[in-house]
Amino acid sequence: MSQAQHRDHAGAKLGMWLFLFTELILFGGLFLLYAVYLARYPHEFSVGGRELNVLFGTVNTMVLLTSSMFAAMAVTAVQRGQRHNVVRLLGMTVFCALVFLGIKYFEWSAKIGHDIYPGSQRLTTGPPGESVFFSLYYLTTGLHGLHVLIGGAVLTFVAIKVQKGKVNAGNYAWLENGALYWHLVDLIWIFIFPLYYLIL
Amino acid sequence: MTHEQDPHIISYGKLAAVWLTLLALTGLTVWVSRLDLGVNRVWGALAIASAKSGLVIAFFMHMKYEGRLLRWLLFVALLTLAIFIGFTFFDVLYR
Repeated sequence: MSQAQHRDHAGAKLGMWLFLFTELILFGGLFLLYAVYLARYPHEFSVGGRELNVLFGTVNTMVLLTSSMFAAMAVTAVQRGQRHNVVRLLGMTVFCALVFLGIKYFEWSAKIGHDIYPGSQRLTTGPPGESVFFSLYYLTTGLHGLHVLIGGAVLTFVAIKVQKGKVNAGNYAWLENGALYWHLVDLIWIFIFPLYYLIL
Repeated sequence: MTHEQDPHIISYGKLAAVWLTLLALTGLTVWVSRLDLGVNRVWGALAIASAKSGLVIAFFMHMKYEGRLLRWLLFVALLTLAIFIGFTFFDVLYR
């Protein structure tokens, strides 16, 4: 083709940000539910919150913050035209995503092992506030976990494009938007962590 | 084709400094949550989480170096969220 391909970098980024705002409102709704039910059942939320493992929560927070830094560094690397660094940094980001999901797996398994899951004996016969707390816990961390999975898959796909040279210093909207999505996942966790693991 | 201005490149060192600050704030929020502050624990945790989000948005997401359009859109999105949460509480708290 003789004609140069038209690209609108600013437009691609604007579209991504608009999508991120809808994500913010989506998780905002879950945080709103949390806040309203915390005001209604402070005691039950406190009992539920103490069941959560602060160590798992803290380690996962550090893992996600680290992964976010790697993703931001990958953008710096692509802008500087350092292809191998981009692939390496994205690899480290995805590795952190897998560690996060691994820890989440152990955390959920432990909860389910203690008969805490929607519809379990303990929650159906216990006070309603605890059941609400754990339903919100599974819904919020589950939806967040799904985002981690999707973000990890997107960044893997982007890494392959970088490796093939299709994403490069002159055209990196895919990488920039993938990284933005990843930072949003980190942002949501920054609020989930204190609300569920610390303050109760 | 339009030629855009050169993008702002954030150095590895600066990103690492932001990351260290974020880890320090994480430590701080865990420490504060152990203190006996009553209801202020919630506000303290939210204040620290907001500071952390501010750092992530400003540096990792490059918002500090974006133009007016994206900044205003972010402001509108956050304002919408605040109205959404604030108005719900006007209803819930005074029933």
